[in-house]
Amino acid sequence: MNKDYLIERNGKKYEVVIGLEVHAQVLSESKLFSTSSTKFGSEPNTQVSLVDAAFPGMLPVINEFCIKQAIKTGIGLNAKINNKSIFDRKNYFYADLPQGYQISQYKDPIVGEGNVVLDLASGSKTIGIERLHLEQDAGKSIHDIDPKNTLVDLNRSGVALMEIVSKPDLRSPEEVNVYIKKLRSIMRYLGTCDGNMQEGSLRADVNVSVRKQGEDKYGTRCEIKNVNSIKFMQMAIEHEANRQVDILEEGGKIDQETRLFDTKKNETRSMRSKEDAHDYRYFPDPDLLPLEFNDEYVENIKKEIPELPDQKKSRFIEKFNLSSYEANILVSDLDISKYFEAVIENSDVKLSSNWITGELFALLNEKNLEITESPISAKNLSKLINLIKEGTISGKIAKTVFEMMAEGDKNPIEIVKEKGLKQQSDPKELEKLIEKVINDNQDKVKEYKSGKEKLFGFFVGQAMKVSGGKANPQLVNEILKKKLK
Amino acid sequence: MSIDLKTVKHISKLSRISLDEQKAKKLETDLNLIFKWIEQLNELKTENIEPLSSIAETKLRLRKDEIKSKNIREEILKNSPDDNKDFFVVPKVVE
Amino acid sequence: MSNITDLSLSELVSNIKNKKLSSQDVTSEYIERSKKSKNLNTYIEETFDAALKKAKEFDSKPDLNKKLPGIPMAVKDLFCTKNVKTTASSKILNNFIPTYESTVTQNLWNDGAILLGKLNCDEFAMGSSNETSYFGNVISPIDKDLVPGGSSGGSASALAAKLTPATIGTDTGGSIRQPASFTGTVGLKPTYGSCSRYGIVAFASSLDQAGPMTRNVNDAALLLEVMSSFDNKDSTSVDFKRPMYSKDLSKDIKGKKIGIPKEYRVDGMSEEIEKLWDDGKNYLKDCGAEIIDVSLPHTKFALPTYYIVAPAEASSNLARYDGVKYGFRTEGNNLIDMYEKTRSVGFGDEVKRRIMIGTYVLSSGYYDAYYLKAQKVRRLIKNDFNNIFQKVDAILTPSTPSSAFKIGDKSNDPVSMYLNDIFTVPVNLAGLPGISIPAGLDKKGYPLGLQIIGKSFDEQNILNIAYSMEDKINFKFNLKEWWMNE
Repeated sequence: MNKDYLIERNGKKYEVVIGLEVHAQVLSESKLFSTSSTKFGSEPNTQVSLVDAAFPGMLPVINEFCIKQAIKTGIGLNAKINNKSIFDRKNYFYADLPQGYQISQYKDPIVGEGNVVLDLASGSKTIGIERLHLEQDAGKSIHDIDPKNTLVDLNRSGVALMEIVSKPDLRSPEEVNVYIKKLRSIMRYLGTCDGNMQEGSLRADVNVSVRKQGEDKYGTRCEIKNVNSIKFMQMAIEHEANRQVDILEEGGKIDQETRLFDTKKNETRSMRSKEDAHDYRYFPDPDLLPLEFNDEYVENIKKEIPELPDQKKSRFIEKFNLSSYEANILVSDLDISKYFEAVIENSDVKLSSNWITGELFALLNEKNLEITESPISAKNLSKLINLIKEGTISGKIAKTVFEMMAEGDKNPIEIVKEKGLKQQSDPKELEKLIEKVINDNQDKVKEYKSGKEKLFGFFVGQAMKVSGGKANPQLVNEILKKKLK
Repeated sequence: MSIDLKTVKHISKLSRISLDEQKAKKLETDLNLIFKWIEQLNELKTENIEPLSSIAETKLRLRKDEIKSKNIREEILKNSPDDNKDFFVVPKVVE
Repeated sequence: MSNITDLSLSELVSNIKNKKLSSQDVTSEYIERSKKSKNLNTYIEETFDAALKKAKEFDSKPDLNKKLPGIPMAVKDLFCTKNVKTTASSKILNNFIPTYESTVTQNLWNDGAILLGKLNCDEFAMGSSNETSYFGNVISPIDKDLVPGGSSGGSASALAAKLTPATIGTDTGGSIRQPASFTGTVGLKPTYGSCSRYGIVAFASSLDQAGPMTRNVNDAALLLEVMSSFDNKDSTSVDFKRPMYSKDLSKDIKGKKIGIPKEYRVDGMSEEIEKLWDDGKNYLKDCGAEIIDVSLPHTKFALPTYYIVAPAEASSNLARYDGVKYGFRTEGNNLIDMYEKTRSVGFGDEVKRRIMIGTYVLSSGYYDAYYLKAQKVRRLIKNDFNNIFQKVDAILTPSTPSSAFKIGDKSNDPVSMYLNDIFTVPVNLAGLPGISIPAGLDKKGYPLGLQIIGKSFDEQNILNIAYSMEDKINFKFNLKEWWMNE
């Protein structure tokens, strides 16, 4: 059981309450309401249409694929899909918001309540999803090129985002870590968001409040805007929660406000003064109509939904007898699960799981590679595992072979053949070898026979050493036992 | 409901339109006149009426996910008040 | 042949098709007359040289299958025109040159028409007298002290003064029909969704519709036929089979049921208007139509509803004019300062007033009391029309509660100015088609109009009714050309 995450001050314990508004960029070719490309990293303002730059008389026309992506994600979050939803305008002025409003969904989002199940060290925990809605991304303001001015790049302006709002069910930075990873995993399985945080495809506004342990009422929350890595989210929460506890302990009151996390100083600070508080004046966008579809439309999308992490995990546990822990690791990432399933197509499940989560992960970690970039293909790893299983090589030799495979995805069968690493399993050969070991160590044999049975291991070691590690350890055991009687 | 000068100034702030004192006072008068007239709507009971926001007798049309707009940076920036060839330019924003 | 500029649009088309006139003949005549008519302040931007060049091109290879073969036409400056300055009569767009063309104007050019220039209007189409334009008010050719109506005042004035054979306007609350009524011309607001809004500077998206302004009903039918199209670039454009309005135009309205809504007999309505309306009923009876008294009980709530809905949408639609991407900018100490100065200097008083109204009705704490309330009343108004269209085929009303007023008469009293649109606004709120036709003169000799309102997408029907009435009314109005410079 994990210890609860609590902040202690002057003998009092505070619980931290966290809710997330995750902004996930929809995977699509073109933008939500225009036909410009969504490609990342292009030259500034080269993916901007007249609609994206809000020229007079330009009108939005919605991309159906983005709608389907949102519905898919909703299904992945076990959520209610709303057959009628409304696009609203959220009005505010900002340099990278060319229309002077963002088209979003306010009262009637496309997806309603759902949930996500987290696997924590303390067991599983269900986090409620409040809603998911579609909205336009803004452009990018660049403050550090020109000393006097802010420059605006509208390439991102109008790209489709899904805002996924959780209930205030999260209680620690670690839960946030697991939650984000789980959301990302679900969306990657669905192909609805690539979850690439470096490119800003996944960002979050983090709502943090604190309350004394055991209290029912939520405290006043602060919203930390636009945090773009899990690490920063965790740091921001820690800092913010402590800041709030400090204020309360000094007898102060928390102001509900929007704050910014300064990654350099590791602190949050207030973004806007209260008198400039936003009034977004949401109202239905008169350039668009309500988005309506029937149940059949949703049913057809359901047919395209692949097996999701939770289902896959159950299957792995039931069908392959994996532990919950192992299954979790293997399903957490779609590509890992794909790799695993490719390996076990022809190989032993238990060995495959051990090798993937052990040696392979260590290798990837060391080289800082994704599973899709693995230097060892699933096909070759499967062959290696079969060599072990058949007794052609020992586990120890296998590690050597594995290292050689890593240098350019070589076929382990070839390596074993080339380097003569095949396990010695011929009883006659082994008998000869063991007789030699016994002859060379007569003094030890005497000691063994006089009762010092611990020495058995010594003989095994010697036999393995003489064989250059290739002797089949099981056979060596058997033969030794016979010979030493 | 009457609209006071403070409200007028708040609306002008939200609208991002600066007002001098004289204009603000004139607007206060005008808006009160207009809203007094508008408030005849309160004669109507509308509790169970569904609001009408779109009048178009059609359904929302859905577009295919295709890239049709190409790089038109020059066109996009042509009318901009600044002569930067790559970016729109605004006074420095400090976050 | 009479003067070229005295010919109607349809007459010009047949003369060009019969090769009695060339596009250059027509274009140069209109240019000459326009040049002599600067006193009316109708044009914001003239494209005369380009027009002559295009006329020449047309004549060298005339495509006589076009519906508007080589016809020159000036349009309201709310339509974006490629490479031609488009201002919406606002300082904030006074240097804006679009790189694109509105769908409606593109339809005109595709059918052979040639742009003569851009016509003055109320700033962002907000006004009923053309007094809110940054480029000064437009003068009615009827009298130098008289407003032409608004917001399509430049269009109405240019049309009545014969500076263009026909023109197009936009109508959010009466901006085509009211100036048509004030200037003795024909103006039609089509059903919402009939003409694409793509490329038209937006005022209030759920109300705006472009429509024809012409000298007679036949011309309106022809121009609507060209303007109206289904457009994928406008999500509110409706895909329906568009009739050949001019080809199908008919004076046979026998048995048509025409509703007379009692709520349009407003307090203080002049006897002249009463009589005009009665005459209209009699003409219709003469044509074999049946007159039925009907009720539109929520009529009096239409204007206050409109003055919530339209400013709300406008406050948001005009947020894009912020000095960043195009148009006018005033430098400021910081971003917010730049916004506030730019928008304060760039917008005129009426536009600012409406942005403020719109911002207020949408703001936190007031949304339900105003905006939501207005949307509900809008439903009631729409239901009123739905109900009576079970019983009648069309509705006959006056177009305006009075004839044209004098410049400056109402500019200090916003509510009395707004009241001018009392008969036209309900039609926009309900998204219906409405046409105003000249029907008589008041004591001062100023034109008065009658409005025919139809069911959604039933433009053919109201055109037919207007066509029959036009024949009976036989409206004659001879302008003295007092404004012309030699």
